[in-house]
This record gives sequence, C-alpha cells and structure tokens, in this order.
Amino acid sequence: MNELANFRTGRLPYYLLITGVLFLLAGSYAGLFVAPPEQYMGQVQRIMYVHVPTAWNWMLGVIFALVSAIVFLINGNYKWDARLEGALEVSTLFAFLLCCQGSIWAKPTWGVWWDWDPRLTSVAVLLFAFLGIVALRNFVDDPARRAVWSAVATIIASVDLPIVYYSVKWWNSLHQQQSSPATVSNQYYFPLRVNAFGMLFLLSAFIMLRSRVASMRLRDELAGPETI
Amino acid sequence: MLTALHKELLLQWRSRAQFLAVLVFGAAALLLFSFAIGPDAQALRTFSAGFLWLGLLLSSTLTLAESFHAEMENQALEGLLLLPANPRAIYYGKAIANWLQLALIGVSLVPVMVVLYDAGTTRIASLIGVILLGTAGLSAPGTLYGAMTAQIRSRQTLLPLLLFPLIVPALLASVKATSLVILGDPMGQSRSWILLLAAFDAIYWSLCGMMFGRVVDE
Amino acid sequence: MLAIEVENVARRYGRRWALAGVSFRAEAGSVVMIAGRNGSGKSTLLRVLSTAIRPDAGTARVAGFDVVREREDVRKATAILSHASYLYDALSARENLAVAARILGKKASVDGLLDRVGLLARSDDAVATYSAGMRKRLSFARVLLQDAKVVLLDEPYGQLDPEGFALVDEVVAELKSRGVTVVLATHQVEHVSELADQVVMLESGRLV
Repeated sequence: MNELANFRTGRLPYYLLITGVLFLLAGSYAGLFVAPPEQYMGQVQRIMYVHVPTAWNWMLGVIFALVSAIVFLINGNYKWDARLEGALEVSTLFAFLLCCQGSIWAKPTWGVWWDWDPRLTSVAVLLFAFLGIVALRNFVDDPARRAVWSAVATIIASVDLPIVYYSVKWWNSLHQQQSSPATVSNQYYFPLRVNAFGMLFLLSAFIMLRSRVASMRLRDELAGPETI
Repeated sequence: MLTALHKELLLQWRSRAQFLAVLVFGAAALLLFSFAIGPDAQALRTFSAGFLWLGLLLSSTLTLAESFHAEMENQALEGLLLLPANPRAIYYGKAIANWLQLALIGVSLVPVMVVLYDAGTTRIASLIGVILLGTAGLSAPGTLYGAMTAQIRSRQTLLPLLLFPLIVPALLASVKATSLVILGDPMGQSRSWILLLAAFDAIYWSLCGMMFGRVVDE
Repeated sequence: MLAIEVENVARRYGRRWALAGVSFRAEAGSVVMIAGRNGSGKSTLLRVLSTAIRPDAGTARVAGFDVVREREDVRKATAILSHASYLYDALSARENLAVAARILGKKASVDGLLDRVGLLARSDDAVATYSAGMRKRLSFARVLLQDAKVVLLDEPYGQLDPEGFALVDEVVAELKSRGVTVVLATHQVEHVSELADQVVMLESGRLV
C-alpha cells in the first residue's frame, strides 16, 4: 500500500512537542503565580487553567477520531486508519486526565471525588467507550477488519456523546444544582489561552507520533508477497 | 427481511431451553441485588427500576452473544451473504428477534421485581411500553456488536465492554421512566424520558443498520 | 466466453501468503480441477472466486463480473460448496433449504432436491443429528438450489460414501452438459482428471 509509504511527519511533531511544553510552562506559571485567586473558590480554582484546555483539546481529539473514521470508511486509505489509531489512544489519555483533574477539583470543593457533572460524566462514558475500541483493535489481527470495525465503533461512540451528555444533564438536574466547575471570568484568559495552545501542540504532536507508529506497523502488515 | 426474521424466531424457538436459562439468570441477579442492599424495604422499592434494568442488561449479554452462536458454528452467516442475501435485511431480522426476546425477558422479570422489591404498579401498559422501548435500545447496537465480537476471540469480555458505555443514555432513560411508572410521576417527567428513549432507538436502529454490511464483510 | 479470469491473485492470512500470485482462465461450461496438497491454497482460491474473501492483490472476474467491485453480481451467478457447511444445526434439512430458497426468491421444489441427494427420509430431523456425509449432501443440495452459472466445489467427495461419489460425478456431468462452469478443488486427482477439462496445480499458493 503505497499510500502508507508517504506517511511522513518529519520533524514537525518534535517542534510541536517543544513548543507545546514551553507554552504549558508559561501558561501554568501565569496561572499558578501571576493570576489572582478566584473570588469564591480560592486557590483550587487554578486547576481550571489546565482543566479547561485539556477539555477543549480532548474534544478536538474526539472530533479528529470521528473524522478519521468517516474518511477511512469512505476512501479506504489506510493512512486514516493510522490516524484513527493515534487519535483514539491520545483522546483516551486526555479523557483520563480530565477525569483525574475533575476529581482533584471536586474533592476539596464538594468533599467527594465525583459529582456527576454532566460534562465530566460524559467524558467518563466516552473514556470507557474508547477503551473498548482500543481493546477491540488489539484483539483483531486482520488489518482490514480491524480498520473497518474500529471506524464503525468510533462513529457509533461519537454519535452517542451528545446523547449521553443530555441524558446525564437531565438525570442530574433532578438533584441539587451545582455550579459548573468550568466558569472562568475575563481577567484570567491569558493563562488559559496559552495553555490551550500549548496543549493543542502537544495533542497534535502525540497524535502524529502515534499515527506514525501505527502506519509503520500497517505498512508491515499490508506488504505484498516477496515475489509476485 | 421477513425470511430472516422468521428464521431467527424459528431458531429461538428451537433453543427455548436457553431462553429459560437466561431468564433464571436474570431472576437470580435480581435476587442477588436484594441481598446486596439488605432487607430495607423502602430502599428496595425505590431502586427497583434500577435493579430490573441492571438484571436485564446483564441477561442481554448472554442473549446477544447466543444469537450469533448459530451463525458462526457452520459459518451460516457467510452462507447467507453469498446467496446473496441483503445484509441489512439480515441485520433487522436479527435485531428484531433479539429485541423480542429481550422484551420477553424484561416482562418476565417484572413479577420477580414485584415480589422481591414490593414494586407493583397498576400501569401495566406503560411499564410494558418502557420495557419495549428500552430493550429496543439494547438490541440495535447489541446486535451489531454481537456480530463483530462473535468473529473474534475473547468475545465474552469484549461485547459488554463495547456495549455498556454506549447504552448509558438508554439505561438512564429506561430506569428513570420505569421508576416513574412504579413510584408515581407527579411532575409528568416521564414524557421527556420516553422521548429520549425513542430518539436513541431511532438513531441507533438506522445507524447500526447502515453499518452492519461493513461489519460482516470480509 | 470466459467464465473465470484470475490474474495474479494473492491473499494473506497474517504473515502467511495463502495465495501468492495465481493466474488462470476457464471457458464457460468447462470443468476445472484445482489440485494440490493440504495448505496449498485451494480453498482460499475458491473463496476468493466466490467473493467470500477479497484478494489482497491481483484481480479476478467470475461470470464476467469483478469479484471486488461487482460482488453482488458475482454472488448471484455463483454457488459454492465450502468446507463450512453453511447450515443451521437447530433447523431441519427442509427448513435450511427453505430459508435459502426464500432468500433467493425461488419456489423450487425443496423435496425434489432432498430426494436427489438422498435425504428425503430424514428431511425433518434437525441437522444436528446428521452425520458428516449427510451434511455434505445437504450442502450440496443447497448449492444445486441456487441454480448458478459457476459452481465452486471445495472437496465435494470428502466424507461421502461410494453412492455419494457417484452422485457428485453425476451432478458435475449434468452441470457441464447444461453449460455451467464447475471448479473442483480436490485430493481425488485420478478420479477427477477424467472429468476435468483443465487442471490447475497449486503448491504453497503458487501455480506449478
């Protein structure tokens, strides 16, 4: 499959990694030390400077996975399967981070590790869904089947995301109203933006690198017979 | 598609002993839940809807896996596809048959629920309606993933792993709606939950039908 | 008219190439024998021709249609007797054939076919109670039901008794007289070479 031979990412991911880390350092410094503490929540609120960018980028990761899945099903080009593999695993990582950050925020604020916030709960559900798809990929040896099945499963899981969000929101609204942990007011935008971009660079770099590994394996699996 | 459905029903009828076993499994699950909670009659009644649907969900993994067993033992599914048979017709035939079987299990578990949790209700029609909608939500993606996992090893673990996160909205809505039927619905909330279930069913019955052809392709 | 055109077809399973570049052609109405040891790729070749699996490289046309791009058409024109019986164990012979007949939209006489393959007496028993030879006969009946232009038989003589052998020979001769192309993969080389117009020998996925 010649298309995979052209799957080169060059040095770009490494530049992105470095830039991303630098941005994150800058943004986190600003968020931790420079920005003033929030009025009601105090120092704990600072986690938002990491949590919100992680959330935005997780969403981007999921969208990229969905797009890769759809494109693969349409044109059958294995480059997109490699990208899907990268996007799935990196999104799973980000989802896991989100859940951790959410717990870290929830414990001091509400006294519990988990508060069934609709957004966070949707992330948890999708975390499990993507873990399932990653497991599926590991159990299927035939590359063609693996690609088609994980693309189908990704589409189904992604379509589910808004439905899960709304159902949990309604379900939760029957209990006490809790203020959303993701409100950030104007003055604090700088660290947020910087971190958001930093994470974006990291997200892209991770996906690129992981996809490249996937494409190398695919190239090996799809290679032609020795003499044909 | 009717042929496919007829074949499915015939197969199910022939393996009705299996159905009974799944039913007993479901009932046993409900029994275990009551032990897990303890003899708190009030709590049991409050959460009875949740137990019913959890029991049904666990039973569904058995049913769905079983529904592809007959297809795989002699590669009968491949045989059908090569006739050629329309994959979509095969899918809907199977999904409907699975739906009916799950609904039957659900309805059969209601008396168990009534007895164990003192969760009776006179609104039988509503209860059956919710069970029908909820099991439809389980059957559509369940049949699709059942087809996938039947063809690989470790199928028992993979099917629940893939299915459970997906049907969270259907589970939530079914439990809530059932709960409202049993415990009363002073604020008329059940309508929104039923609508959610219906929307979930509509989306997944169409989406999974479209995808089935690619999933059983080789 | 060429019923079968295979051009450099290759197919892998994991790292092993079951077929590694096979080409041959067959005229309509001819009988082709595919011979070779166990594991030489005979079944894989038949499966590719039936569109059960796709080739990883190369092209193939059956009954004038491409096996990858025009699969529906190939399937309509082809019937395969595979290693797997394609049967539902819980259903009876009659029911199994009835399902296939209904999907095909044929009102063909299921009884007639069952009688032809010698299963009429046990036609209402569940297939689970059948011996291997009886299952083969039922699968054979299923193939005949499809009334295909190209019939692919993977080891049709396997598990059959002498009457079964005669049945297969009889059917192959009859199909040939009706202009149906028959591809037979078999170990029974001496026996079939009398019937065959063409022989394709496979070894480790290649022609010899």
